[in-house]
Amino acid sequence: MPSLKDLKNRINSVKSTRKITKAMQMVAAAKLRRAQEAAEAARPYAERMETVVGGLARAVQGSESAPKLLAGTGSDQRHLLVVMTAERGLCGGFNTSIVKLARQHAERLKGEGKSVHIMTVGRKGRDQLKRFQPDTLGDDHVDLSGVKRLGYDDALGIAQGILGRFDEGEFDVATIFYARFKSVIAQEPTAQQVIPAQFDESEGEGEGARTLTDYEPSEEAVLADLLPRSVATQIFTALLENAASEQGARMSAMDNATRNAGEMIDDLTLEYNRTRQAAITTELIEIISGAEAL
Amino acid sequence: MADTMHFDLVSPERRLDSYDAREVRLPGAEGQLTAMPDHAPVITTLRPGLVVVTAADGAVKSYAVTGGFAEITQDGTAVLAERAYTASADNKAEVEAHLEAARRKAEEAPEEHRDAAHLLVDDLVQLIEDMV
Repeated sequence: MPSLKDLKNRINSVKSTRKITKAMQMVAAAKLRRAQEAAEAARPYAERMETVVGGLARAVQGSESAPKLLAGTGSDQRHLLVVMTAERGLCGGFNTSIVKLARQHAERLKGEGKSVHIMTVGRKGRDQLKRFQPDTLGDDHVDLSGVKRLGYDDALGIAQGILGRFDEGEFDVATIFYARFKSVIAQEPTAQQVIPAQFDESEGEGEGARTLTDYEPSEEAVLADLLPRSVATQIFTALLENAASEQGARMSAMDNATRNAGEMIDDLTLEYNRTRQAAITTELIEIISGAEAL
Repeated sequence: MADTMHFDLVSPERRLDSYDAREVRLPGAEGQLTAMPDHAPVITTLRPGLVVVTAADGAVKSYAVTGGFAEITQDGTAVLAERAYTASADNKAEVEAHLEAARRKAEEAPEEHRDAAHLLVDDLVQLIEDMV
């Protein structure tokens, strides 16, 4: 049975842990708000980009001159998986769930006899993948730990890396993995194919006006200019969503931890009081029996 | 006929400006063009240059963009630029940094892209001169 002093120590240590988790939760809440605002602010550009590129893509689809980024290389043997996770832990199942989705994807592709190469953004995902997929994990890793505020330049850097390798013919299909932010308690791990570009077929139907649009210099030239930008935009959106998801996940994880610590403190306090009572009772019994013996 | 249209300037990170305008002058890929209300729909890529907007109240604002594209429809013009600055002397340094990067790229560019890269540099030089 632990002594009174031990119990006191444990209660104090759990109390300070609770203080830390509470503080982390509040920090995550503040960061989440900023991340959500950033994601919100980036939406107009991404949406317009998608409608324009989507409209153009439908216009040139099937034509001989369609750029490779849209039409693909004609094969789907070699896959590049870009796994985007957080730089830090203590955010519940956030990193694990993204990695899990990527792993399942990789296993399935391997099962189909395709070659898979994994590229990581964020340290946590890399650490996990090193254990599960050491053979497919490449050396290419983008470190965002020094980034205080995600900017478009960060996404541009990643996109240029990917596009450069596509131009070299290193892979046929690129898919990005990230968590879509649904709410503070729900983040959905998502796989999104960025190369070749994919667009919602049904969307924009009946939009007859679009076909009347003039393109300068030409449809193909505009598309060739826009597709790389569209890849960068998709990566940027994914990074922003990921940042919001990470903070959301951390916030609910820390909320749970704070609540658990509270419960633990209650239990320990109860035990402490019981032990104290027991000690007092024992002392009393000793005094009384001592008095009786006289 | 409406005499104003909507003008949006959007960067990947946020919407920079949004108001009603009478006309918008753009550095299009195939030369300067001016969008006015009821313009035929056009989508064009942009060269580095100045976007000059005449607002509904007659005020003229200019922005320096380093590339991107513009979507002109009958009732609005949207400029999607990766980088856009208010065209003033204060922001020259930012564009100059961009120019340096473009110059380096132009020198390293493979033969078939060299012309395009140099064209980009020339446009940027012109843009810096235009920014007052």
